Amino acid sequence: MTWQGVLQIFVLLIIILPIGKLLSVYMYKFLDGGKKTFADRFFVPVEKKVYRFLGVNPDSEMSWTRYLFILLAVNFVGFVILTVLIALQPVLTWLNPAHMGRVPFWTNINTSISFVTNTNWQNYSGETTFSYLSQIWLTVEQFLSPVSGICIFLVVVRGFARSNSKTIGNFWRDFIRTTIWLVIPVAFISALVLIALGSPDNFSPYVVAHTLQGGKQIIAQGPVASMTSIMQFGDNGGAIFNANAAHPYLAPNAPSLLFQLILGMSVPVACVFLFGKMIKDKLQVKPIMAVMGILFILGAFLMYHYETAGNPALAAHGIHLASTKNYEGKESRFGVGTSTLFNNTTTAVSWGSVAAANDSMTPLGGLIPLFNMMTGEVIFGSWGVGMVGMLAYAVLTLFLAGLMVGRTPEYLGKKIESFEVKMAVLSMIIPSLAILVLSALSVAITSGQTGIFNHGPHGLTEVLYAFSSGVGNNGSAFGGLNAASPWYSATVGIAMLLGRYPMYIPLMAMGASLAKKQRIPVTAGTFPTHGILFTILLMGTVLVVGVLIFFPALALGPLAEQFAANAGKLFG
Amino acid sequence: MYLKTLWSSIKFIVLSFLVLGLAYNLAVFGLGKLIMPGQAGGSLVSRNHKIIGSSLIGQNFTSAKYFQGRPSATLPAYNAAASTPSNYGPTNPLLIKEIKTNLQQVLKENPGISSSQVPPQLVESSASGLDPDISPQAAYLQVPRVAHLNHISKSVLMHYINNHITSRFLWVFGAPYVNVLSLNLEVAKLDHRIS
Repeated sequence: MTWQGVLQIFVLLIIILPIGKLLSVYMYKFLDGGKKTFADRFFVPVEKKVYRFLGVNPDSEMSWTRYLFILLAVNFVGFVILTVLIALQPVLTWLNPAHMGRVPFWTNINTSISFVTNTNWQNYSGETTFSYLSQIWLTVEQFLSPVSGICIFLVVVRGFARSNSKTIGNFWRDFIRTTIWLVIPVAFISALVLIALGSPDNFSPYVVAHTLQGGKQIIAQGPVASMTSIMQFGDNGGAIFNANAAHPYLAPNAPSLLFQLILGMSVPVACVFLFGKMIKDKLQVKPIMAVMGILFILGAFLMYHYETAGNPALAAHGIHLASTKNYEGKESRFGVGTSTLFNNTTTAVSWGSVAAANDSMTPLGGLIPLFNMMTGEVIFGSWGVGMVGMLAYAVLTLFLAGLMVGRTPEYLGKKIESFEVKMAVLSMIIPSLAILVLSALSVAITSGQTGIFNHGPHGLTEVLYAFSSGVGNNGSAFGGLNAASPWYSATVGIAMLLGRYPMYIPLMAMGASLAKKQRIPVTAGTFPTHGILFTILLMGTVLVVGVLIFFPALALGPLAEQFAANAGKLFG
Repeated sequence: MYLKTLWSSIKFIVLSFLVLGLAYNLAVFGLGKLIMPGQAGGSLVSRNHKIIGSSLIGQNFTSAKYFQGRPSATLPAYNAAASTPSNYGPTNPLLIKEIKTNLQQVLKENPGISSSQVPPQLVESSASGLDPDISPQAAYLQVPRVAHLNHISKSVLMHYINNHITSRFLWVFGAPYVNVLSLNLEVAKLDHRIS
């Protein structure tokens, strides 16, 4: 390990924290603060035109069920139109110089679910499947799906912020303001920055080059910068090319990759600060930021450590190179340090872009991204929903603490009663159950087994990873798995839906229930939720839920493989 | 009321496909082409008025006369229209076989080198299959061979490598590297001058 490799973890956090804080000030202004931003002059007229075109009233407060209904309607209509447009690829021949033909049915369904749920799991290779026009259609959901996450966040946090309130905000106002004030301007400017840092952006036919040595090379082109910009900023992770951010066109150098890291982390970090602003109690941000930060640093450090220590199977087979670093599936310009930092970040944040191949990580190095997803994508997590997941953990923590002393727990001035606890637990049981049941089914039946690429314990990890990624709406993969088979297309599709709607709707219900309650004053018996004790308890709850539920599966997968690799045992 | 909401949703999604899909992507494309045509066009490199590749995309150098890059898992190697890593897991026998085969090749082409001098990145395949770069150590290791086969002095090559190392960004991000195509273009230039 080098000092640069360790230091960069902290440098990234030092860069991202002030950016997140500034962004939260801006977001609070245009969302709930009722204050003017510098951009209102341009955006307010546009906003008004959009409302008029849609025929909606942005000022009427909605019940949570009405809010949810519109959210689901927008998601569903987006899914249908995306599916139809992808199916029309052979007919819509505009912007299709590489003559891409029909997209297989299962790929279409899986991809449409994937992009609508902010997962961006890709069971296809972009450069051999989709026309430029179809890629453009995919970017639409890359704009909309993260904003849906912000809407879920607003409902839950308003639950804590409001009291005696039957309403929870206006969906159209939240959705359209976030899109116009935040997503469009940042994505547009970032796309230009990415071009300046080297990424291409064109609709040219694939370039035919006559190489220096005298061969022929066909180089895929496309709207790389515009798609990469929104895929990273929106924590989508679905790239135009198969190799994702490892592709030299997507991230040509370290500055470009760092810029993409900052883009993807900015809103999730801002959401933690925004939570503090909305409940008007900045102290409450501390324990949550601490838990997220510590788990983030630990993950990045351990992953870097294991990838530097390398694959023990090599030494067992008599291969001794200049260093033990595991370079299989990694790019020279990023090295082991920045590759692992990126992949740790994109799994902690429910994001899913990769700069190195997770399937080729050492057993324990590959365990870290898997663990990040299994905790429920709360180590910053994706737009809004990461923070919401952490609030569910906080509610559960206070419930457990309340049991110990026999008191009704309170959080942020609200009584936590049986309904809230039930909803929080539901949001944790559904994803865990989905991951374990779908994985068990897949390794038990033939159509699941045949999709596995690496055999032995690694094969189990491949399957566990696929469903953890689907349920976590992450989208990264152990890429060897044949995800395009009907079995995995269908089951990962189900996993992505379960990890989006059944996971977060209970938490929206929890928010609505909290909003109805009145605020109770802080007394001597109130458990303080801004101190070290709460931080430790919260961290413990995240680890217990994340690790204990999955420990048997992890023992049979990555842990067993580590022992096998030490002994030099291979699985052909 | 539900129908009205559904109708608003449909209008909203159609508007999104037009603005966030078409308008956004075409605007970035137009501006990119206008202000940064080189990068936006794919950083293509021409030699004698012919496109020989992109400075960002690795090429398959098999000849011992040239500096060689990372092993590539695409089919065929360095297929820039179908990027992919090998996805070999750490206990996959194919991984061990790949590394052993590549190592033998490196040792054969660079006499006097022992396996403990070979950086892993010269025998383990890249994440994209299109990695355009190698570490300075991986380049230094090939200098004696390339200098000998092209009748160039070693010090000229060493000097060129040392002047074309991209170091870490902000002292910590990424790893030092040299671009293989740029090295080989220099080799081709020097070789041409001599012969």
